[in-house]
Amino acid sequence: MTEIIGIWIAAFLTLCMFSFLYKDNPFYKFAEHLFVGCSMGYAIPLTWYNAFIPYAYNPLFLKKEYILIIPFIIGMMYWLRFSGKFSWVSRYPIAFSMGIVGMGVPMSMHANVLVQMRSMMLPLNNINTILIFIGTVSILCYFFFSKAHTGAYGKFTSIGIWFMMVGFGASFGYTVMARISLLIGRIEFLLEEWLHLL
Amino acid sequence: MKRTIPLLIVIILGFLFVAYVFIPHKVSADFYDWYMKWIKVIGPFAVVLGVGSLIMVHTSKIKRKAPNWGYSMVTIVALVITTLTGFIWGIQEGTPFMWIFKNFNVPMGATMFSLLAFYIASAAYKAFRARSVEATVLLIAAIIVMLGRVSIGQAITHWIPDATEWILNVPNLAAKRGIGLGVGLGMTATSLKIILGIERSYLGGGK
Repeated sequence: MTEIIGIWIAAFLTLCMFSFLYKDNPFYKFAEHLFVGCSMGYAIPLTWYNAFIPYAYNPLFLKKEYILIIPFIIGMMYWLRFSGKFSWVSRYPIAFSMGIVGMGVPMSMHANVLVQMRSMMLPLNNINTILIFIGTVSILCYFFFSKAHTGAYGKFTSIGIWFMMVGFGASFGYTVMARISLLIGRIEFLLEEWLHLL
Repeated sequence: MKRTIPLLIVIILGFLFVAYVFIPHKVSADFYDWYMKWIKVIGPFAVVLGVGSLIMVHTSKIKRKAPNWGYSMVTIVALVITTLTGFIWGIQEGTPFMWIFKNFNVPMGATMFSLLAFYIASAAYKAFRARSVEATVLLIAAIIVMLGRVSIGQAITHWIPDATEWILNVPNLAAKRGIGLGVGLGMTATSLKIILGIERSYLGGGK
């Protein structure tokens, strides 16, 4: 019984969402606000059971690791963001969380720059590796704005635009396919699970 | 006290993390473990900020009887009911909490994203009109990739899936790599700006 009620609710909410295709209307607004509330309501118990209990409550209160009182207090400093006078205190937990950015300096340099450059520096023994090399270098030159894009250099950077356009086209095609498959999923749900037409 | 100490915390921790990456030593590994343990305790408290600000925005709308305040009521009621079901019956499979997730969150989320299929079509019409050579290249690449990923592409000619693979593995890879290199350099520069105290916007406004 609960399954049937669930299917009817899901179908109603799906149609409420689709009603936006006609225009913004009360059904869509209702579903939109419900979605926000349910999503936030979903996040709270998940955080409680999957993050707070295992990493904060259990070590502090069950395993008696009293040193964790310090991060406990630092965490509670977040809440002072709502206070007008003491909102600056919330900068402490933010600063503590931002510290890990330091790891981003060598890590992003390694993962996004050095590894990518190493992958690019292959023997240019076939047309595809030559094309990839020319494409990457021309795109990098396109984003180098300290030199005017004129003459032979300008022509070379315009090759970069062509490569980027192909890349954007491929990404766009993928995005369309992903959205269409979601749409097919919803139509299938309505016709098969709800109306039993398929 | 209000800005300098938080800034010092970021600078000190930032440089310690740079050192952690370059120095494979027990001390640096212990530092990393200590930080991760503490940040896992601190993190969950931040959720209260998000929930608190959502509740404040909507309760103020309800109190002021602002236009469409009834929808704010829907948000608050949904938030309270979903949260309570999670706390009362737990979050395991088969509980009312998961029933709400399956029948409310999943269909609404999927439908909201699937709506983009319609809007992306109209956006594509505007963007793809072959007004320049570059736009034509984008249009052709998108059409080939879309056709190559469905069975009709294979049915038309085997050349389309092959072309799709080539587009994804050669020009698309070059584009992704070129842009990725720029992003990597940008991330490194931004991280450096943060740990050197040049970028301070994360501390927020005020004194």
